Amino acid sequence: MLKQPTPETAPIVKKRVSDPLPIQMLLIGVMLLFFIGFIFLPLGLVFAQAFQKGWAFYLESITESYALEAVKLTLTTVAIVVPLNAFFGVTAAWAITKFNFAGKAALKTLLDLPFAVSPVIAGLIFVLLVGSRTPFGSWLGEHGIKIIFSTPGIVIATLFVTFPFVVRELIPLMEAQGRDEEEAALTLGAKGWQIFAKITLPNISWGLLYGMILCGARSIGEFGAVSVVSGHIRGQTNTIPLHVEILYSEYNFAASFAVASILVFLALLTVTLKVALEKQFQKNSFHH
Amino acid sequence: MGLFSIRRRNILPGFGLSMGYTVFYLSAIVIVPLSMIFFNTVPMGWDPFVHAVTAPRVLASYKLSFSTAFFAAVFDAVAGLLTAWVLVRYRFPGKQFLDALVDLPFALPTAVAGICFATLYSPVGWLGATLTRWNIEIINSATGIVVALVFIGFPFVVRTIQPVLEEVEQEIEEAAHCLGATRWQTFRRILLPHLFPALLTGSTLAFARGIGEYGSVIFIAGNLPMKTEIAPLMIMSKLDQFDYAGASAVALVLLLISFSMLLLLNAIQEWQQKEYR
Repeated sequence: MLKQPTPETAPIVKKRVSDPLPIQMLLIGVMLLFFIGFIFLPLGLVFAQAFQKGWAFYLESITESYALEAVKLTLTTVAIVVPLNAFFGVTAAWAITKFNFAGKAALKTLLDLPFAVSPVIAGLIFVLLVGSRTPFGSWLGEHGIKIIFSTPGIVIATLFVTFPFVVRELIPLMEAQGRDEEEAALTLGAKGWQIFAKITLPNISWGLLYGMILCGARSIGEFGAVSVVSGHIRGQTNTIPLHVEILYSEYNFAASFAVASILVFLALLTVTLKVALEKQFQKNSFHH
Repeated sequence: MGLFSIRRRNILPGFGLSMGYTVFYLSAIVIVPLSMIFFNTVPMGWDPFVHAVTAPRVLASYKLSFSTAFFAAVFDAVAGLLTAWVLVRYRFPGKQFLDALVDLPFALPTAVAGICFATLYSPVGWLGATLTRWNIEIINSATGIVVALVFIGFPFVVRTIQPVLEEVEQEIEEAAHCLGATRWQTFRRILLPHLFPALLTGSTLAFARGIGEYGSVIFIAGNLPMKTEIAPLMIMSKLDQFDYAGASAVALVLLLISFSMLLLLNAIQEWQQKEYR
């Protein structure tokens, strides 16, 4: 969720009617307690568990062949999902923000639909659509195409789950920017692609990147939907989160948390990038 | 913009192409796959459908999913409001760091959160050891599910309240102060009503997410039939038995509820916009 910048109020720090110091201390204390219980302890636990059998075991856990296969599969999925959803996000945001048409509000609601669907249902619908027991799935099977319990199934379920991320960042951004610049370019004789490449794309680049990072983070971490369509075949259809689950259910906790620590690093990286981009975004909007 | 904009003609190029692709991609990835739930439920007929979704185990799972998501959303409303308040109003070292970490539950894969909480609260875990001595059982209980859902829903509340709280004009509070209101009265009578729609939106989002959540819950829940089986897990186990119709039926009920939450949310937001404009 990208915070919309408010240039007229943001940079001015006003002195507010503030709470008495003891109240402030109390509330900060309660918040810290919550953060310790729900954020810091879990994070600390991951690393404590991951290194409980030492560095050598840690390195072995994250470099053994099944772990590497899982990393490869996850990266492949991200490399397909993020560009597809980013391309769709830009296209849909262009259609929605640069034109007036009937049913715009309904279309916007439909774009958010995947957020309201449980991850397990997100996996289920693709089993129902192209699983080997369905007419379409068995027809595909006869032609040697396997989707469920193989990589395409994982990709398509992830596409569904991360579908809204890019487009929902771009729509408010492009709505706020309006269409004056594009229309001016049109009257000056620019072609459609020129307008897009020279005006729209530079204007939305930070928002696009932001949406892609959120989309990528979710693609890496998606568990429920992928769990339904993957079939958990080691070395073949195991993504990183699924590999973590398998190791955990085999009581191989040290290895499980070692692999999980990769995901924690990526999550912390995502959060850091998010903050950096939000700063960049606010700086940019002051220039407008 | 807004009220004064004149309805303009569409003069930019590319409407047909971009709209066509939007509708195509939306249909291929979202609409057609989702419709499979209906197409698999309808041939069942009414009675088997009702039978499938009112089986004691299924009903117990709905009840569990709703009650745990509800309590987690209430807890998040309090913790989220407090966190947003502290992060917006106070200045203290490390504030930006904590602000950034609010998003961690969004960024951390749910399975990792799941194994973390299951290990923390296990009878030999950092927190579980002490709690077990006090006879408080978190793991394999509804409480454990609430713990996981509180974590998952937390950022929704904070991130919805923060922008609203940032835009509250201090003049309002100063006026209340001048008129002799105490800080608590100002908060209770002036700020809270103003923040309420955002608070409601944030907790509804957390609630909706909680109903469907799977990854973070299954590790801590223990998945005991009739006791700690959440609704998404029922779908999963029906799928494992190749009971596609049954899985679709359970999913359909869950979907209808999630969609009505979405509509409710839109209604709240419209009400919010009318109220404060």
